[in-house]
This record gives sequence, C-alpha cells and structure tokens, in this order.
Amino acid sequence: MAQRTPSILKHLISGGQQHLRSSCLRRSITYMPRPANHGSKPVTPITEDGTPRPVTLIPGDGIGPLVTGAVEQVMAAMRAPVTFEKFDDVNGNMSKMPEEVMDSIKKTKVCLKGGLITPVGGGVSSLNVSLRKELDLFVSLVNCFNLPGLPTRHDKVDIVVIRENTEGEYSGLEHEVVPGVVESLKVITKFCSERIAQYAFEYAHLNNRKTVTAVHKANIMKLADGLFLESCREIAKRYPDIKYNEIIVDNCCMQLVSRPEQFDVMVTPNLYGNLVANTAAGIAGGTGVMPGGNVGTEYAIFEQGASAGNVGKPKMVEKKRANPIALLLSSAMMLRHLQLPKYADNLETAVKRVICEGKYRTKDLGGSNTTQEVVDAVIKALDS
Amino acid sequence: MAAFQIARRFLRSRSYCSILFFFSSDLIRATLFPGDGIGPEIASSSKRYQFMSLPIGFLSESYPSLPIGFLSESYPIFSAADVPIEWEEHFVGTEVDPRTQSFVTWESLESVRRNKVGLKGPMATPIGKGHRSLNLTLRKELNLFANVRPCYSLPGYKTRYDDVNLITIRENTEGEYSGLEHQVVRGVVESLKIITRQASLRVAEYAFYYAKAHGRERVSAIHKANIMQKTDGLFLKCCREVAEKYPEITYEEVVIDNCCMMLVKNPALFDVLVMPNLYGDIISDLCAGLIGGLGLTPSRLDLLIPLAFIHSLNIGEGGIALAEAVHGSAPDIAGKNLANPTALLLSGVSMLRHLELHDKADRIQDAVLKTIAEGKYRTADLGGSSKTSEFTKAIIGHL
Repeated sequence: MAQRTPSILKHLISGGQQHLRSSCLRRSITYMPRPANHGSKPVTPITEDGTPRPVTLIPGDGIGPLVTGAVEQVMAAMRAPVTFEKFDDVNGNMSKMPEEVMDSIKKTKVCLKGGLITPVGGGVSSLNVSLRKELDLFVSLVNCFNLPGLPTRHDKVDIVVIRENTEGEYSGLEHEVVPGVVESLKVITKFCSERIAQYAFEYAHLNNRKTVTAVHKANIMKLADGLFLESCREIAKRYPDIKYNEIIVDNCCMQLVSRPEQFDVMVTPNLYGNLVANTAAGIAGGTGVMPGGNVGTEYAIFEQGASAGNVGKPKMVEKKRANPIALLLSSAMMLRHLQLPKYADNLETAVKRVICEGKYRTKDLGGSNTTQEVVDAVIKALDS
Repeated sequence: MAAFQIARRFLRSRSYCSILFFFSSDLIRATLFPGDGIGPEIASSSKRYQFMSLPIGFLSESYPSLPIGFLSESYPIFSAADVPIEWEEHFVGTEVDPRTQSFVTWESLESVRRNKVGLKGPMATPIGKGHRSLNLTLRKELNLFANVRPCYSLPGYKTRYDDVNLITIRENTEGEYSGLEHQVVRGVVESLKIITRQASLRVAEYAFYYAKAHGRERVSAIHKANIMQKTDGLFLKCCREVAEKYPEITYEEVVIDNCCMMLVKNPALFDVLVMPNLYGDIISDLCAGLIGGLGLTPSRLDLLIPLAFIHSLNIGEGGIALAEAVHGSAPDIAGKNLANPTALLLSGVSMLRHLELHDKADRIQDAVLKTIAEGKYRTADLGGSSKTSEFTKAIIGHL
C-alpha cells in the first residue's frame, strides 16, 4: 500500500516518526481537508500553540456511548490536547437537535459522534441527516481499506468514497399526489455538484491519489445525473494530473464486488454514495472498522464511516462487545483535521498494531473480546 | 368503490397463479428472439432442448457462420431433454415498425402475447434517433412489471463467494426510472421518483407468489424508508399487506445500504429480495458480481464477465413471461463459435420453471452445472478454451 502523506503535512510530521512504522503498519488513513472555498489557501491551522482544543462529543444511542467512551479513554491516555464538551442526553428519537448542542458545535467547529437511531416511518426525520443539513456538511467521506492482518475476501482495497450529502434523492421533498400515488423529488444543482466535485479533486490532489471516478446513472436520469457529470467533467479539467473516469452505478457495484482494486477516489450523488460506501465498507472489513466523517466549509463531524443510523443490537450493547475500531480511526482523522498529526499517527499506528497482532478483536472481526479489552490493548500499544 | 377496485387489482395481479397456457396438443408454443451479435449461436444451443434428435452437422465448426436462412430451416432440431416446446422464431426487423416505433415488429409482440412465454437472446439497439430501444419497447408493450433474477453460485466454478442462492425481484415500471425530469431554473434539475400502490402491490404479490411456488422461505423488502418515508414507506406498506396473506413465508425489511453491506459480507443471509426499480437495478448487478467470474481473461471477452451466468425472467400483466440472458451481444466475437451459452440456457430453465416443467428444468440445469463443474469444457470467458459447439455437446452428453 502506497504511503499517502499529504504534501502539506509532510513537513509537519517529518522526523522522528518514520521508525515507528513497520511495513505492516504504514499509515493509510488520509487527511481530510476542509473545502478550499477561501481563496487559494486550502487549510487554516486550527491550533498552533498546543492549548487543548474543545470538541463537541455526542455519544448517541446503542453502542454509541460505548465507542465514544473508548475514544475518550484513548485520548486521555495519549494526552491529546483535546477536551470534550459532552452531551449525553441526545438520542435519535428527538425531533430536533437541542439548541445547546448546536451552539457547542458552532463554537468548537468539530464534533465527534456515536450513531443516532433513525426511526423508520415515524414522521420524524433522521437527526443524522438534519444535523448535516443544518451545518451544511456537504461532504460525507468514507475511507475503505484493508487493515493488515485482517483477512477479507478482497485484497488491495483502498477506496475513498466522497458523497454529496445535502441534496439528491435524500432531499426530503415528498408528497402524495392522489391516494396511492406518491412522488419524491431528486434535486441536483450545479452549485452542489460542482462543490462536491471540487472537494473530491482537491482531496485526491492533497492525498496523492491518482484517479477520481464519478458514479452516476445518467443513461436513465439524463438531466439530473447528467448535470452532476457535467460538473465533474468541468472540474476535472482543472486537475490534469488526476485521471478522471465515469461509471454507471449498477456496474460500479458489480465491479466493486469483483475487482475493487481498480477504484481509488469516487465522487457520487447522495444515494449512490450511500450504497457504494456501504458496499466498499463491506468488502474491506465491515462497519466495525471503517472511519469516516462529514465536512462542510465551517464545521466537521466525525463518526463511524458507514451506517450512522445503525447503532447495534441491544444484546451487543448489554454485553459491551461493540467494535471501537471504526470510531477510533475516525477520531484519528479528526486529530489530523485539528492539525495534530503526531497524535493522529500515534493512534492509528496503535490501532493497526492491535489488529495486526490479532490477539484482541471483537466478535465482528472473528474474536471474542469486549470493547474494553480492545481499548486497553490499543492504549498499551500507544507510543508514549 | 375503492375496495372494489383494489379487489379487482388483486384478481388481475393474481392471474399468474392459474396456468394460462393452453395446450393445443402436448406442445407448448414459445416465442424465441435469437437476438443479434452472439445471440443466434447461443440461442441455437438452447433450442436444442427441444424435440428431435440433433443433427451432428449442426455442431460443426462452420455452423455459426451459416446464413440465417439455413438456421431457420434447421429449427426443429433439438432435443435431448424432450421438452415439449415448439419455438416460434422472431427476428428484430431491419426497419422501424411504425406500430411499435421500434425495430421490434408488431408480429413479434403479438406472438409473445399469444404464447405468453418467450426466450430472448441479447439484442443491441441500433444507434439513431426516432425509435425506442428494444428492451424498452418490450417492457412497455408487454407490460413487463417485474424483473426476476436468480443468483446462485455455480458449483465447481471458483469465485469469491460460494454460498449465494438468492432471487432478486425488481419493480420495473416506475420509481426512480420514471423518466420524469425537468430543469427548474438554470443549474437546478428535478427528477421524480414515483411509487404507486398498484405497482407496489403487484410486484409484492408476485414476489410472495414466486417464493411460495419455488419453496423459498423468506422475502426481504429492500427500502430506504427512513429517509424517503412516503415513497418507500408506501412500498413497504404494500409489501406488509401482501405478507399477511402468506403467513408461511417469513417477511423482513432491510434498509438498502445495510443490505449492500450484508450482501458482500454474507450473501447467504438472503433468500428472495423484492425492491423498487433503482435499488433492484443496483442490487441485482451487485449480486451478479458476487457469483460472476474474476475477470481472468484479458480480451474483450471480459465484456461477458461477470455476466456469463446471469439471466432474468420478466413478468408481465396477464401471466406473460419473457426470459432473457442479461449480457450484451458482444458483436466482436459473434460468428466465431466462442460465445458462452450458459446464461441463455439457464434463462430457458427459468422459463421452464415458470411453465411448471420442473423435471425438465432440473435435467437441463443439472447438465449445465455438471459441465461447468467438471471443468473440461469451458468457454474462454470462464477460463477454458472450448468452442460454443464443444461446450454444447458436453452439456447434451450430460443430459
């Protein structure tokens, strides 16, 4: 697996770090840049002086408190300069995110979140979705890759799915035309398509990725997906170093399960991204290990990569056997986002060591350990 | 009044429960579209499960390049499996038929309507404007509302997944592919997804009927009703209503993204899946990927991979069933005796099952699977070096 170090960060993390990584433990989780909407400077360092950074923490439902607890412990163990503003009482059945939580996120700009239940058909819209909308987090990013030491059916998977997160099929515009006939609107705008395409290419550029693939169904939805493709093509012209191609969504899923190694960065409208990311996560090891996050121009929320609404079965919560790896890796992405690459590397390396050794794994990875045992192993594997 | 209408819809949609095929003698008439490209050659190997004994000359190397006229004469060839089917062959016209606005002729459509069953090889729609695509014409004119695609691992043919045995049933007339789109203002486009009670009930009804008729135990409705609460909500509601009438079949609901994940992690979790149009399109191709080849061959043959086995059955109003091979017509290998007829043969098998000729279906299916499992005769797309005719001969040997 190629080492992917963003050029901007290279000088920040150079020196002192290299010897920590054996070939098995090379860093593959990438830097998640903010959208480069402010002129030419792509990143503004958030912290420079080493003072602790406040981060909003929403433990969420089900396994949420368990895995966010894991992150808290690990952060404390490695003395990361991060403090959490924790909101225990947020749950997915609320119709609206409480005001104080929103204020906190608006102040800290960064949030770490466990899953929130999405009620089916209760007339309540998903909190996960409304949070993204309200904060205009238009990018949902999931990085799906094989963890060394974890056997899966497919090898050489290293896919980043960048999904448009605010419009498309999940616009939430629906109505009953006459009894028994329901319409749902899929909205695609040039503005949103361009900014997601821009983000995908910028991401590919900063993370040293070679190819961006646009996923679509423009053969059927000629106007809507056509507009999306048109926007991608326009942006692609500005990045001559990055190869651009297009694939139809059904073929994409078929190729994903048969030859996933051909994909690199994928940029997609909302629904397709949801499916593609979950498929890619499935072939690379499952929800339990996939990190991800949502970013907008101002705010960022980090959560497990796939299935934000899936909070595990009550039995798993009761037995405290949820897999903390996904959220630990997501918080490593968060640390990198906070310009704390040393801590991010430390955390990632420790997690990978634990997976690679294979002694401590939760049930979904074929082990039998509890969340706490895995967390302890990770803490032990940290470089202090 | 409304109740009456619903009852009538049910009656109509249940019509496939009764056998509508009339037997003039013991012969069942079925329409055959050999298609184009590699179509005719693979179709001719599937026709062999008809009646008469097979002239050896038919299997000769030179056969695929013979003119079509000759093929038509050599029809009543067939069969080793003694299937009582008489094929009525229809070719796609060379000109657009004004009655269908397509290259499919009216007579062909009438033939399917009359026979109620058909088998279709791959067809490429000629490029150009002013006509409808072949598949669209068939779907609209014959009211093909459900697309049934069986996906199972082939024993002996190594893929990453060897425990797949599921059926995807896709609503094929509405949903995201309604074709209703417009530009609201510059740079803002809307596309409509339509879900109706009638179409949802119809496909759900067929899914449960299919599950029962084929001894399946579970039907999973695939949806995204947590986000699209009204449209997918309606679809689910219809599925639930139908599920109540089939207490012996387990019914479950799975969110589409979770379904993708479960499928690639453990496809054995699923049995029969029923879903709206777009989800069905994506999931059925994803499943095809699960059982398809790994793409070992470097040539253009890989167009057929991983679709070598994938076939589907389209169900229309009034019990029409049109079986087809899903792969393309691969014009570059047409006439070279290289094409893999497996998909078309297996779609013939689905057709026979639809006709409730299960013993014949089993014989042919077993022969095909045995030939592939044995591995001695495989076409190039499956990593072998056999010709279409050798492969076919091997299958007949196993009948």
